[in-house]
Amino acid sequence: MGSQGGFYQSKEFLDLVKSIGEARSKAEEDRIVLNEIETLKRRISEPDIPKRKMKEYIIRLVYIEMLGHDASFGYIHAVKMTHDDSLLVKRTGYLAVTLFLNEDHDLIILIVNTIQKDLKSDNYLVVCAALNAVCKLINEETIPAVLPQVMELLAHPKEAVRKKAIMALHRFYQKSPSSVSHLVSNFRKRLCDNDPGVMGATLCPLFELIARDVNSYKDLVISFVSILKQVAERRLSKAYDYHQMPAPFIQIKLLKILALLGSGDKQASENMYTVVGDIFRKCDSSSNIGNAVLYECICCVSSIYPNPKLLESAADVISRFLKSDSHNLKYMGIDALGRLIKISPEIAEQHQLAVIDCLEDPDDTLKRKTFELLYKMTKSTNVEVIVDRMIDYMISINDNHYKTEIASRCVELAEQFAPSNQWFIQTMNRVFEHAGDLVNIKVAHNLMRLIAEGFGEDDDNADTKLRSSAVESYLRILGEPKLPSVFLQVICWVLGEYGTADGMFSASDITGKLCDVAEAYSNDETVKAYATTALMKIYAFEIAARRKVDMLPECQSLMEELLASHSTDLQQRAYELQAVIGLDAHAVACIMPSDASCEDIEVDRDLSFLNDYIQEAIEKGAQPYIPESERSGMLNISNFRNQDHHEASSHGLRFEAYELPKPAVQSRIPQTLIASTEIVPVPEPMYPRESYQTTMPSIPSDAGSAELKLRLEGVQKKWGRSTYTPATSTSNSTSQKTVNGTSQGDGASTVSSMRETYDSRKPQVEVSHEKQKLAASLFGGSSKTEKSPATGHKAAKASSHVVKSHVPKSSLEVASEKATPAQQPPDLLDLGEPTATSTALQLDPFKQLEGLLDATEVASAVNGAPAASRSPDIMALYADTAAGIHNKNDADLLSGLSNPSVTNMPGTTAMPQVTQSSSKGPNPKDSLEKDALVRQMGVNPSSQNPNLFKDLLG
Amino acid sequence: MIHFVLLISRQGKVRLTKWYSPYSQKERTKVIRELSGLILTRGPKLCNFVEWRGLRVVYKRYASLYFCMCIDEDDNELEILEIIHHYVEVLDRYFGSVCELDLIYNFHKAYFILDELLIAGELQEPSKRTVARLVAAQDSLVETAKEQTSSITNIIAQAANFTIKMLHKGYGPWGSNALHLESLLLVDVCTRLVDQH
Repeated sequence: MGSQGGFYQSKEFLDLVKSIGEARSKAEEDRIVLNEIETLKRRISEPDIPKRKMKEYIIRLVYIEMLGHDASFGYIHAVKMTHDDSLLVKRTGYLAVTLFLNEDHDLIILIVNTIQKDLKSDNYLVVCAALNAVCKLINEETIPAVLPQVMELLAHPKEAVRKKAIMALHRFYQKSPSSVSHLVSNFRKRLCDNDPGVMGATLCPLFELIARDVNSYKDLVISFVSILKQVAERRLSKAYDYHQMPAPFIQIKLLKILALLGSGDKQASENMYTVVGDIFRKCDSSSNIGNAVLYECICCVSSIYPNPKLLESAADVISRFLKSDSHNLKYMGIDALGRLIKISPEIAEQHQLAVIDCLEDPDDTLKRKTFELLYKMTKSTNVEVIVDRMIDYMISINDNHYKTEIASRCVELAEQFAPSNQWFIQTMNRVFEHAGDLVNIKVAHNLMRLIAEGFGEDDDNADTKLRSSAVESYLRILGEPKLPSVFLQVICWVLGEYGTADGMFSASDITGKLCDVAEAYSNDETVKAYATTALMKIYAFEIAARRKVDMLPECQSLMEELLASHSTDLQQRAYELQAVIGLDAHAVACIMPSDASCEDIEVDRDLSFLNDYIQEAIEKGAQPYIPESERSGMLNISNFRNQDHHEASSHGLRFEAYELPKPAVQSRIPQTLIASTEIVPVPEPMYPRESYQTTMPSIPSDAGSAELKLRLEGVQKKWGRSTYTPATSTSNSTSQKTVNGTSQGDGASTVSSMRETYDSRKPQVEVSHEKQKLAASLFGGSSKTEKSPATGHKAAKASSHVVKSHVPKSSLEVASEKATPAQQPPDLLDLGEPTATSTALQLDPFKQLEGLLDATEVASAVNGAPAASRSPDIMALYADTAAGIHNKNDADLLSGLSNPSVTNMPGTTAMPQVTQSSSKGPNPKDSLEKDALVRQMGVNPSSQNPNLFKDLLG
Repeated sequence: MIHFVLLISRQGKVRLTKWYSPYSQKERTKVIRELSGLILTRGPKLCNFVEWRGLRVVYKRYASLYFCMCIDEDDNELEILEIIHHYVEVLDRYFGSVCELDLIYNFHKAYFILDELLIAGELQEPSKRTVARLVAAQDSLVETAKEQTSSITNIIAQAANFTIKMLHKGYGPWGSNALHLESLLLVDVCTRLVDQH
């Protein structure tokens, strides 16, 4: 068999592969592999192993590693192998190291020298092997070691070497742009290389360079356009044709580059219009690769300065994609639609039904893509339907990665386009309920702030309504069995702040619920902390309103539990609660003003309010404060603090924007508080360390300060940082407000108009399909927001008619496509049946293929053309060989097709033809050959898996 | 760019893995497990694309073998599908109606071919013919190397034999002139050959 499929490894290796192939379970496979590892470990370190044997060991290591086991014991042998003189051995060594090592591996330093030497070799194959390794192994530090050689190779006479050198340089640029930034001009030079392969490879780095800095490459627009033109006009050699397309991969790369260069640049774009238009016209949309190029054209058109004619062609292609039966094309169509919609929003309308179909498709990938499209076309008119759909889908999936993404999208859309407060709160509730633990904690803080600040700046009434509807919904939701922690935090905060504000619920209602929460989620300290502070607020408001406070028994027992809690934070909150309850109404009103969470608080950085106190203390004989820098012997303490502070900050409990106290320190702190709580309301992080020291000259021991510090941390977290930085918080809130203000402004009007459209649609609903309803709600308003409901309705109807009229036509097309099998290339290659147990099933696709070959052969024979213009993939592959073997019968065709190409290769030994009938696969002869060969080698391939013999190409 | 290439059989067995982005061995195992769960369960008529961890995996089934490539979100999926097909066609050309068994036993060959096709996660050679030529060049080098070694060792062995024979028969360097010259030449050739190899 020579170099073709030659099984010239030792029997041992073949046995290994075979036994792994036959392993019935992962455990069995693991056992075999572990066994093999033991053997190899022993053998590989024996002295004087012949090269050939060593090569096989290394390949066996690669095999083991491929199966997911650790072969690191043999890495060093692979590295040694790269030093070998024989290319055969060296190549295997390089292959193994590129597969084994990542760029940060320690052994790489041992290879660099070899690579350097090999890059200078006069055998270009050695150079190629070394360049392959360079691309994978050279890291930022080792780039300088090989860079000069790689630069020299850019002018190597062999194009394969130049190509690889370009790609290596590209890789260097990716890893450390600064190291090769002075060399990027070389890429421009190589663009003019004689070899199209090298030119094509140069496009990769140029694409990246242009993506980073468009302006310095504007001068290349003309060159790229002319290259693309030449490629599209088939000026390249036939060897670059792929399925009758002229060098499609190069075309795609060029289109990508043009898209970057033409983005927002009218002049550059104008140069491109003709060639892109040409490609639109020339592209063969019946082959997959043709569609790939068309898709890239659409991307390009949607990125460059818009041109109506091109947009039209793009829209045509999109509609062809969307109407296609292939899910792949539908997917690309949806994606392309999402790109084009930014420029011409109206094109979505004619495809509404297709989009709805994709949305309801069982294929998850397609569904997600469609959601992406919907996300892009959300407006205040259709936000309800879209977000609703998104949440429904979000609930139905398990993939956390995507769940997070879609949840954040829902939140974003809801914040941006919410038609009403009610809806907003409900939507957020649903998102939090189902993906609460996945959304960013910031989203929760945003929600709290939004509820606190309200939507409209001047409409207090609406804000109050928003809050009470939030409270109401939260009280209802608390009945649910299991809620995410983040959501509970929001609930507790809102209940604490606004639970009793509108007087609908009594304090005991709310406190009872809060106690239930703290009890039900007793493992979650954050939630408990939120609940405790909420309780404190409720009681404080009650006291401030001069109502009598009755602590519920469950609340009392909760407090008792918390007072003895292991968490100092919880403990502190419990103590504070106790302390607050003991205060009189005036003091409480100062500490806990009602609905003051958005008020800005001025921070007295110098602690001037303490001056009197200090004066008094000094007069009594206390030591005056010495700044930290002037003291000695305090170093260790501050170090200790620092360290501890670090730990605390990384510890996880982060309560931002919890609630805002008034700078209540001015009011006399009552005696009931223990001495150290004096500084509790002082937000510690805002003060320089010195001021901290001032406040406690009287605390001598480390232990005391440590304890105090812990308390202070609690404070720091509780009185969140962000509320104390007026600059940021106000800027945030204003931007927030403006956004919401506007959205609410038209929100109100659109809500009513939406309702009207729904009403006017009602009679229609009975007649029309439910999908149309959905489509109308999604698209009807999307582009015609300003129109009256009646016209919007009309438009929706009209466009749905348009779509309908297309349907029979497209089915006709499908029928005609079926008549000529040549137009369904994807199916041809997926001939393999999922279960290859019955021979009948296997033979069936084979026969199909025969039929196909027959048809195309006849066609080519009749026309005399070397290849039918729309011939399928297989014909493209073997077009020239097929022409030569008319006389063979159909059954032999397939093997006939493949044989000539086999014999073309050097070292092939044509096996005697085996004519027995076989049930092994669609290509009986070849599989029998291989079977025979394997048996000859002494390995009996398992009969359990005849699939192995199936030709991949059908 | 392409982050990795995976070949998995329908039974979930790994046939080939090539990583263009750094993944630790642990991550690799996890990726393979996750993806085979995701891809092997998909029906035949669905898209050939799967969204996965913010990336996209394009896969295609050939007989009982799945070819998967993981790409960035903004790459052209149809193009990648064709790159996969391109690879399969090159394999097919090389092995002659390639089947899974070819790849199982000659996975290193499949790697070599892949290295000529993709480099650093990008398509380096769009021409099948060029790839085939390069791979063939490497193989023929291997072949000639083998032939050379065998033929040269043969010659050396024969020459050595002959010299020894002559020396034994008494036609040493001190014998007749002609023979003397001949044997000297032989000894010279032998030493040169031995030097070279």
